Amino acid sequence: MDVTLPDRIVVAQVDALRAQLAAAEASLDVTFDLSPVKVLDTAGAWLLIDLQARIRNAGGRCDIVGASEVHADLLEVVRGNIPAPPDARPRHHDLFDWLETLGKSTWEGIRSLVEILGFLGTVVARFGGLLLHPGRLRFTSLVHHMHEIGLKAVPIVSLMAFLIGVVMAFQGAVQLRQFGAEVFVVDLIAISVLRELGILLTAIIVAGRSGAAFTASIGSMKMREEIDAMQTFGLDPVEVLVLPRVLAIAIMLPLLGFVADVMGLFGGALMSWIELGVSPGMFQTRLYDSVDVWHYAVGLIKAPFFAVIIGIVGCYEGMKVGGNAESLGRLTSTSVVLSIFLVIVADAMFSIFFSIVGV
Amino acid sequence: MDAREPIIEVRGLRTQFGDHVVHDGLDLDVYRGEVLGVVGGSGTGKSVLLRAIVGLLRPQAGRVAVFGTDMLSASEEVRQSVEQRWGVMFQDGALFSSLTVRENVEVPMREQTDLSAATRRALADLKLSMVGLPPNASDKYPSELSGGMRKRAGLARALALDPEIVFLDEPTAGLDPIGAAAFDALITKLQTTLGLTVFMVTHDLDSLHAICDRIAVLAEKRVFVTGTMRDMLTVDHPWAHEYFHGPRARAAGFGD
Repeated sequence: MDVTLPDRIVVAQVDALRAQLAAAEASLDVTFDLSPVKVLDTAGAWLLIDLQARIRNAGGRCDIVGASEVHADLLEVVRGNIPAPPDARPRHHDLFDWLETLGKSTWEGIRSLVEILGFLGTVVARFGGLLLHPGRLRFTSLVHHMHEIGLKAVPIVSLMAFLIGVVMAFQGAVQLRQFGAEVFVVDLIAISVLRELGILLTAIIVAGRSGAAFTASIGSMKMREEIDAMQTFGLDPVEVLVLPRVLAIAIMLPLLGFVADVMGLFGGALMSWIELGVSPGMFQTRLYDSVDVWHYAVGLIKAPFFAVIIGIVGCYEGMKVGGNAESLGRLTSTSVVLSIFLVIVADAMFSIFFSIVGV
Repeated sequence: MDAREPIIEVRGLRTQFGDHVVHDGLDLDVYRGEVLGVVGGSGTGKSVLLRAIVGLLRPQAGRVAVFGTDMLSASEEVRQSVEQRWGVMFQDGALFSSLTVRENVEVPMREQTDLSAATRRALADLKLSMVGLPPNASDKYPSELSGGMRKRAGLARALALDPEIVFLDEPTAGLDPIGAAAFDALITKLQTTLGLTVFMVTHDLDSLHAICDRIAVLAEKRVFVTGTMRDMLTVDHPWAHEYFHGPRARAAGFGD
């Protein structure tokens, strides 16, 4: 049968026209007359060629006639570029696929842990080199990072710790009042803030603030090949970029932990006074009498370890950034999640350790 | 002066960022079916001009008409109907990194038409094949492609809806000479078979020589001169003289 085509065959009408031509396609004997067609685009040309191929594959006859020179050229170009049909391999998900994925991600996890340990080793070795040649320390950079990590985080850390103290006092008050043991709120606040919460929450805030910033800044340098450029001048990126950051965080996190301890106790004392009538003097006396200084020491001993975890993970993930912006975003979030996770794991291990040694 | 139909008309364009005036009183016509190359020194606002025409940047004054529609005063719907008739290829392809190459080409079809998934897929594969990408590239993500392949994929996306005008921002920058020549040939081939009008910002003298019908030189905050390559050799402007008579220009075959 002869088919008269509309004067425009363009991309928006391709599906509609295919539906109209279904009867012609089924007849397996078609002549498409292109002479009334004024506008033909690649999608239109593709439709005609696709129909022709289908009819011919089904053993029918299909001719395209009356094409102007331009349209004939276009048909030729499209015909030459029809991609081969994709091999329809059914995608099946079975137990083996699942095992394969599990195995791959386990191996990936082990490998990245080993790599982080290797990176830690490199940083420690460079630090040793620095002790032998103290003049190589990037002092300006160190101070800059101490300012960024430490001083600028004081307001947020203080507020966080103050509120934690308030919450502890408030929650403790409700429970302890039932037993008439209000004064034990001091022990509750002091031990939990000094030993655990002060430093742990400070580490989490610093991981979110500075760990992410490490990954982002080192990662964007990596992306723009700044780190490669550095190496061509004989500068060691670990010494120039990583050491000042890790040292700065190792110095500042204990100090921030101290700030958090003070503010936590202050918030707790204030709330105890308002809610339970434990006067500041009473709070102080109770603190001196019943809270061992070791609780405070345990908190601060953990701080440098948490700091190194955050610094190393942040810098390591930054170094892993590839050439595209997408990996930068992905690794920045990995850096934060991984460092918080490792900090909590370390905290758990410290708890076990301190309970064994009995402090 | 010309009997041909101007498809883009820019009049009295003024763009500035803060105190920094990029264009002042810029006039430019682009005619249907031609390949126009826009050249100029660094910071003369070649890309800014492109962005002003496609509406990514609102000029402080002037008039931009495309297909006779004043783009700055037109309503949202009118503007969108015009925008469907052009495609833009950005410098590095600007492919969406979270989508595969094929899905990238399908984006305009998905947004602007109600084609079935199978048709979209087939048309996307056809466009990718037309710009010379191998079939196995369709399922890859942009980050897995080389720079030249990303540019080709960007061009395929710009051509997804068979536009009448294609804007190309430095199409051959960052390609090796063979890749650049292949890209020039590709643009010429597509331009003749699809009847495209091409607006091309470029630095590449070989491209200008190989494919541009007309060249517009940006200097002194406006289009200093337009004309064919032969006309360019007589332009009396220090930058243009340096550009079209320099050693690279001679190597590219100018001034023979």
